[in-house]
Amino acid sequence: MARILAEGISIEFPLYHLGARSLKKRLLAATPLRLRADAANRIVVAALRDLSFEIRRGERVALVGRNGAGKTTLLRTLAGVYEPVAGRLTVEGAVGSLIDPAAGMDPDATGRENIVLRALYRGLTAAEGQALAEEIAAFAGLGEFLDVPVRAYSAGMHVRLAFAMATAMTPQVLLMDEWFLAGDAEFMEKAQERLSRLVSDADILVLATHDMTVARAWCTRAVRLDAGRIVADGPVTEILAAE
Amino acid sequence: MLAPAPAAAIPVRHFDAAAPRRLARALADLGEGARRWRLAAALAWLDLRNRYRGSVLGPLWLTLSTAVMLGALGWLYAALFRMPVGEYLPWLAVSLILWNVIATAVGEACACLTGAEAVIRQLPLPHSVHALRCVMRNALVAAHNLPLIAVVFLIFGVAPGWGALLVLPGLGLIALNAFAAALLLGMLCARFRDIGPIVGSVMQIAFFVTPVIWKPELLDPRLRLLLPLNPFHAVMETVRAPLLEGGGSPWAWLAALLWTAAHGAVAFAFFARFRGRIAFWV
Repeated sequence: MARILAEGISIEFPLYHLGARSLKKRLLAATPLRLRADAANRIVVAALRDLSFEIRRGERVALVGRNGAGKTTLLRTLAGVYEPVAGRLTVEGAVGSLIDPAAGMDPDATGRENIVLRALYRGLTAAEGQALAEEIAAFAGLGEFLDVPVRAYSAGMHVRLAFAMATAMTPQVLLMDEWFLAGDAEFMEKAQERLSRLVSDADILVLATHDMTVARAWCTRAVRLDAGRIVADGPVTEILAAE
Repeated sequence: MLAPAPAAAIPVRHFDAAAPRRLARALADLGEGARRWRLAAALAWLDLRNRYRGSVLGPLWLTLSTAVMLGALGWLYAALFRMPVGEYLPWLAVSLILWNVIATAVGEACACLTGAEAVIRQLPLPHSVHALRCVMRNALVAAHNLPLIAVVFLIFGVAPGWGALLVLPGLGLIALNAFAAALLLGMLCARFRDIGPIVGSVMQIAFFVTPVIWKPELLDPRLRLLLPLNPFHAVMETVRAPLLEGGGSPWAWLAALLWTAAHGAVAFAFFARFRGRIAFWV
């Protein structure tokens, strides 16, 4: 059963290039909230501070909050990119993340090669990647461009390929950043349909967004982050009532 | 190849900062990295192809420039050292090509994690995949240069005999060292951005203190005993001696094995301790 359980997780980004002592003092004095010196006397940004929550099967969670509140960092932590410096995190279920669609794309390789590469990144075999290629190309409307280096694609084509590659999966836990909901209007209609299927097939959705309409439409629960902490957590209707 | 998981089995990822189980995670990373060798191989191949994109000769430039270098240096240094070309050039061919393999492996190791920054921060992958990619890319480059040794041997009529089969374990040792260097230097260079240039200048000095263009026989016999203390010499001998001397002394092999073990142990210890920090460093 898909489930996410976080118990007091914290993430800190060390700022290694702030060596000078005076600068350190000044920074610490000016921003008492998120910058602090850790045990080894390094300056760290507390990106996530002592988060505890449980997400159960069937829940659709919107992460809301201002820029820099820690939404994307939390998504990456759930995806397994960052290891927490404190706390316990358990993620049950196959995770699929739609955080940066173009990650791992090779501009000099053709669309088809990129699709196979993405399949390998995801732990599939090259043959499975080849099998995905036609479907992805059809969806992205690449046509004859499938065997042309990605460098030669138009911006729109590039986005469509990235979107189609990233969404060619059926994860149980779906982590999504809001950029996925932006794109040219015609494509978005097709994209919406595909995303809806992905979301409804997933057991858990965690969506980081600024767009309250999207949060209301897609999610059942909202978690508001501010400066790396959870300041509100509850049904979407309650949490977003004020906006 | 990933076996299809039974429907009931759900992947569970658990991480507890109070009990990080670093050793187990580092071993799991290496194991998973080895299982994903196809990804590393595909990336290594694309790296090489992109490097020579649009070039007519492509990676054959590697072979050609090494051949030109050997021709030029071979005659020059044979004259300087007053050695017959037929005796000196086979030595130089083996030494210089091996040195290039080692030096590029070390040089590229420095960038193997920082160069994959975009991927490391977006996709949860075993970090050893990036080290493996670096080793495989260098193996492909080496495959373009090593055949030149055979060409030189044919021209000068050098027949290495059956002892030459020992080059296989020798090349294996070089590959192991390249992998350890990619992990160790990759992490060090990600954390301390000054290490890269330092490594560059160390390798330059190492080139001159290692018998690459000069033969060990030119050294004072007492100094020659110190040569196994040079890790580059020790590891190079495991390929060079089988080709030129039909095997090499057990001492040379022992030195190479000890250096490789020490190098691997340091790299693994560092990897186990700091693996979780890589995503924050790059």
